[in-house]
Amino acid sequence: MANFYIDNKDLKFHLEHPLMKKIIALKENNYVDKNTYDYAPVDFEDALDSYDKVLEIVGDICGEIIGPNAESVDHEGPEVIDGRVKYARGTQENHEALSNAGLIGMSLPRKFGGLNFSMVPYVMAAELVSRADAGFANIWGLQDCAETLHEFASEELKEEFLPRFHKGATAAMDLTEPDAGSDLQAVMLKASWDEKRGTWILNGVKRFITNGDADVSLVLARSEEGTTDGRGLSLFVYDKADSGMTVRRIENKLGIKGSPTCELVFKNAPAKLVGDRKLGLIKYVMSLMNGARLGVGAQSVGIAEAAYREGLSYAKERAQFGKAIINFPAVYELLTDMEVKVKASRSLLYETTRFVDVYKSYTHLSNERALDKDERNDLKNYQRLADVFTPLLKLFSSEYCNQVAYDSLQIHGGSGYMKDYPIERIYRDARITNIYEGTSQLQVVAAIRGVTTGVYLKQIRDYEAQELRPELDYIRRDLIEMADQYENAVALVSEVNAQEENNDYLDFHARRLVEMAGHIIMGYLLLNDTMRDAEYQKFAELFVRTGKAENQKRYFYIQNFELKNLGMYKK
Amino acid sequence: MKGLKIIVLAKQVPDTRNVGKDAMKADGTVNRAALPAIFNPEDLNALEQALRIKDKNPGTTVTLLTMGPGRAAEIIREGMYRGADNGYLLTDRAFAGSDTLATSYAISCAIKKLEYDIIIAGRQAIDGDTAQVGPQVAEKLGLPQVTYAEGIDKITKNKIIIKRRLERGVETVSTTLPCVITVNATAPECRPRNAKYLMKYKHAKTVTELQGTAEDYIKLHEDRPYLRIPELSVADVQADLHWLGLAGSPTKVKTIENVVFAAKEAKQLTSDQKDLDWLMGELMANHTLG
Repeated sequence: MANFYIDNKDLKFHLEHPLMKKIIALKENNYVDKNTYDYAPVDFEDALDSYDKVLEIVGDICGEIIGPNAESVDHEGPEVIDGRVKYARGTQENHEALSNAGLIGMSLPRKFGGLNFSMVPYVMAAELVSRADAGFANIWGLQDCAETLHEFASEELKEEFLPRFHKGATAAMDLTEPDAGSDLQAVMLKASWDEKRGTWILNGVKRFITNGDADVSLVLARSEEGTTDGRGLSLFVYDKADSGMTVRRIENKLGIKGSPTCELVFKNAPAKLVGDRKLGLIKYVMSLMNGARLGVGAQSVGIAEAAYREGLSYAKERAQFGKAIINFPAVYELLTDMEVKVKASRSLLYETTRFVDVYKSYTHLSNERALDKDERNDLKNYQRLADVFTPLLKLFSSEYCNQVAYDSLQIHGGSGYMKDYPIERIYRDARITNIYEGTSQLQVVAAIRGVTTGVYLKQIRDYEAQELRPELDYIRRDLIEMADQYENAVALVSEVNAQEENNDYLDFHARRLVEMAGHIIMGYLLLNDTMRDAEYQKFAELFVRTGKAENQKRYFYIQNFELKNLGMYKK
Repeated sequence: MKGLKIIVLAKQVPDTRNVGKDAMKADGTVNRAALPAIFNPEDLNALEQALRIKDKNPGTTVTLLTMGPGRAAEIIREGMYRGADNGYLLTDRAFAGSDTLATSYAISCAIKKLEYDIIIAGRQAIDGDTAQVGPQVAEKLGLPQVTYAEGIDKITKNKIIIKRRLERGVETVSTTLPCVITVNATAPECRPRNAKYLMKYKHAKTVTELQGTAEDYIKLHEDRPYLRIPELSVADVQADLHWLGLAGSPTKVKTIENVVFAAKEAKQLTSDQKDLDWLMGELMANHTLG
């Protein structure tokens, strides 16, 4: 009986992080729901226990149903019949299992049929599902759209749409178009008010839409005629039952084949406005994207976990030259490096999730009652951290996920290149993580703000000041050295950049600086983990050792780089 | 049709599917401490059949009945997490040492105290593998029985149509209600636990389990009567002590041997493409080929 939650102690460890007390207290608002709902917790211990037990259900479904279905789903894939998407048989089965188990709408309030879970267990569920089948994780993870409706839609729309999720409604976010990919300001799909029908109607084409034929779709459309940028875009909710949208085709992709990527044609499709006009892109989609990036973080860690396990079990089984290949230094080094990357990105994933959790809970709480001054400051602080940690997480977890999948396939040798082992699918699935929901290059653009505003450095210094057992000080000494070096690197780049009219010099070095900060932050996170469980000491030490060398490399490069060298790169 | 009353017989068993070195004690009995206690797998298949009837017939209630020590209450909770409405734990020191005859006597006494239209059980438990308790309960209650069931096709006012999986094929039979059905592992697997049911029923406890529980939770139990798992004793079910426990058990274990299976279960294959593909798959999976 495979259970992906129980077989991975890391998850429960992160679930029991001390900050959970604050997170759950905020989310459950004095446990008021206990008098209304028979499944609401009565106190903190009860709530945490429910998280733990429900994750056990998720782990069971992942190990027993979704994981075993992954291969057939990858081979069959979805198809388009008469303008509608038909899922692969296994996808349908996965969806039914999760929906019957009450695992759709996990974070929605109970009054809408949700479980009112905080982000941490929800993201853990996403990690588990991704480990079982990364493609299916997209279909399941799009319940994020419900969160967006919950945050921004009118009460009327919430009443109409939110209760459908826990009954199994699927969702999609229709943002990109043939000429609007990374640049969403170029969205052209037209929304116009139809006086006669008394509704907004949508006309145009969307492309690369994950799970495009969903029951409920959030559609970004141009509602303000004559505008050309983001300020003319609004967000709409389209109900498949109202018809007016058809699927023209689905893409034939390298990986995540179970997840249908659709081209959609809207023809006079009725839709309802979400929130206010003109705030579609600049407010709502930005929030949606942040949620989606956290989701890709979880997906990346889940895929990396799967890849690591495949590599480990193959290395134990496969014998060459008279012994299992895991006994060769070249192989065990790879495996340990992979494991360290998985642990580091997981620690970053849950730290980021906790930040998001706190500020989201405050935001929801502020709709119920006025926050006091301390609470408002707390909210601001956590939101600031969430804003800079989210792109950092997306960048590192997706890149590590690719590296781990690459190394795992390498351990498999020729067999890994064949379709006989799961690693070839995992390797293909991994490749999308550093592309969609903003490429790694775009994550750097978002994360560099954390460098220039000093938010990363401040957080690093905060970590540095935390209580530490003396025997761990040798790791902190390295991290302090790395932080000083990072500060110097930022100063060096800023100095040159300040002399220039444009930001090219900073942009050129941006990834190096962001990565330097990331290595230090993950080093501290693993050190914090070690404070709670000595088993993490090895990972902290190994990560910091490699991270130090990596930062050295970047610092050396920056130190020896002059403005004029930029010309050699220009094309 | 009005809702039905279904009783599911379930047993907590040691997980004998992954047996390690210390699974048996020196005296040849099962070392229950070394094996995790689980919901007997075919009883889960039985529960699924009951839940499917409930899905199709609103107003139906599914009640679990299990006999065992105090910790077997876990089986009732597990059942409720999947959609059962309630459950009874038949527990008494006097039951200890019961063989299938004594067990089915005790269970039938308990059933007589309950309302029912259908009694569903797994074909057999993985610790004893006798497949006797279900049929014996039917005999003792004087009810028709359908064994080896794989699915329930239809239920009308007092008739039920059931598909049986036999070695050489499938047989469809009908019988009257009330009746006893035992279900095979080839029937659909039980649905996973439901998150909301789990959170609702995780505090469900027997009176014995409640002892030593924190004040807050005792209060919770007072407010929520559905959290009480009733315990039934010999006196509660008015059973005759002569027919219970070791005294009521004619089965005597003479010796126990270690047997190594020479072959697994037989499967008959034809030369059609589907069977050939299956065989190839099996041979490749155990690395006989490829």
